[in-house]
Amino acid sequence: MLRDFFSKKKRYASIPSQEAKQDVPEGLMQKCPNCQKIFYRKELNRNMNVCPHCDHHHRLSAYERIQHLFDEESFVEWDKHMISNNPLHFPEYEEKLEKDRQKSDLNEAVVTGKAKMNGMEAAVAVMDARFRMGSMGSVVGEKITNAIENARKENLPFIIFTASGGARMQEGVLSLMQMGKTSVALQRLHADGGLFISVMTHPTTGGVSASFASLGDYNFAEPGALIGFAGRRIIEQTIREKLPEDFQTAEFLLEHGQLDKVIHRHEMKKTLTTVLDLHNVGGDQS
Amino acid sequence: MKHVLEFEKPVIELREKISDLKRLTENSEMDLSDEIVTLEKRLERLETDVYDRMAPWDRVQMARHPERPTTLDYIEYLFTDFLELHGDRNFGDDAAIVSGIAKFKGQPVTVIGHQRGKDTKENIRRNFGMPHPEGYRKALRLMKQADKFKRPIITFIDTKGAYPGKAAEERGQSEAIARNLMEMAGLTVPVICIVIGEGGSGGALGLGIGDRIFMLENSTYSVISPEGASSILWKDAGLAQEAAESMKITSYDLKKLNVIDGVIPEVRGGAHRDIQAQAQEIEKIISDSLETLSALEVDELLEKRFLKYKNIGDYTYLDL
Repeated sequence: MLRDFFSKKKRYASIPSQEAKQDVPEGLMQKCPNCQKIFYRKELNRNMNVCPHCDHHHRLSAYERIQHLFDEESFVEWDKHMISNNPLHFPEYEEKLEKDRQKSDLNEAVVTGKAKMNGMEAAVAVMDARFRMGSMGSVVGEKITNAIENARKENLPFIIFTASGGARMQEGVLSLMQMGKTSVALQRLHADGGLFISVMTHPTTGGVSASFASLGDYNFAEPGALIGFAGRRIIEQTIREKLPEDFQTAEFLLEHGQLDKVIHRHEMKKTLTTVLDLHNVGGDQS
Repeated sequence: MKHVLEFEKPVIELREKISDLKRLTENSEMDLSDEIVTLEKRLERLETDVYDRMAPWDRVQMARHPERPTTLDYIEYLFTDFLELHGDRNFGDDAAIVSGIAKFKGQPVTVIGHQRGKDTKENIRRNFGMPHPEGYRKALRLMKQADKFKRPIITFIDTKGAYPGKAAEERGQSEAIARNLMEMAGLTVPVICIVIGEGGSGGALGLGIGDRIFMLENSTYSVISPEGASSILWKDAGLAQEAAESMKITSYDLKKLNVIDGVIPEVRGGAHRDIQAQAQEIEKIISDSLETLSALEVDELLEKRFLKYKNIGDYTYLDL
């Protein structure tokens, strides 16, 4: 086994030298930022980007997550080609968007659509931190709002996986208002008795944390995810005090009563299926 | 005037000079009336120049003016029988948000607003108008009460932001704000929100979902402070003036972006120069809005509120 090979190696050199680090070809290998071990990217991917050694949850792209969680070929994407304007004529914003479109397989920081989980159909939104740190501008707000409205109209549950640094500064107050827009839509879903499951992944902060991410009938999170309103540095500067290491982690939030459950990525599908099943979600489940 | 802002110094200096000359004319043999008339004309021109063409950064300064009227100041002029109500029934009473019941022109209403202090001591007690979760939860408790008793709600927005502290995070600052956004969307009574000073990000929005959103002319509303924006975007907090321009945070900017319903004109030189006159301007707006909104059926009110927010944003589609 490849893994054994690496664990054996640990005896001789548990900390790779600077040279060895540079030797790792870009793309083929990946180092776990938590335990510093190096893995074949393929091996990590097979493990849903969870470190085989320390269980650290690496980032998962939106499409990978959809592939892991939902039934094969059941995903139908909505608003795929919606893209941002530059409403404030903010310097360099368009270039930054174009760059992120090039380097990812995304047009914006969220992918929405409907898909089946073990036969049960749901409206889904999956954010992707590779695109502008998952920040929420007009497009993210509009796509999520549309997904919520579609869920309401088609009587589907709505599941979101959040990953966002917060509001997108280059769209100024328009991004702030997306917090309002998505929350107003969730109110309608809620009033109609619709089910909303929020799963917070690393990171979920600022305006996203202070709007839809926190409004689930069930608020879940992946282990170790950073979740919070204000940034650590800002808080430390404000209160002039060093914050504990685990501050604003999913486990910290769970302990403070802010989450229903922290769910390992390998258990995610099973847990969500149970919740959907308990809500008698329809579909072609046998 | 205790606090003079940098950009208005020429006006204040000229005004002082005129009153000096007036005193001189009264108390001595010299007649300086001609000079005074000339200077007064110049003052008129100068005032127009300075106050009618305020740069975004000037408005930021005005919005933060230490003498700028606060929620409690306006409550005194706009309402009668105000009864402040305290506490979120879970954790405590947050003095950074004041709330209560009152009468507006004889009609019972619920009033909620951020509350800054006017001096250091009061600012410390009120945490500089930066709420903790219990502040938002108190506000929500009173909004639900207003909903039950069919009282319209008027909110005043005036905060640098929700407090970025350890305890605030532990008690769920995000959840408290998020909950308010969603619950305000479902209130069956008219909700009117007025930004009177600084509208700082999520902390402002937490009292800001309504049927009508207005801003005082010299108030600001933004996703992040100009200082914060410049330090994040350009790694230099010194570029705050530029950020104030780029971020489009003035009342006129927000009207243009279709985010607010209207700009409430301010007394020349800022609301603090004549609170009573300023309150009258606000009163007109509240009166008109209540009249229009009260005529709507609940379904219609909620549908319009939804569409109001649904329509905010700017996007396009890829050419394929």
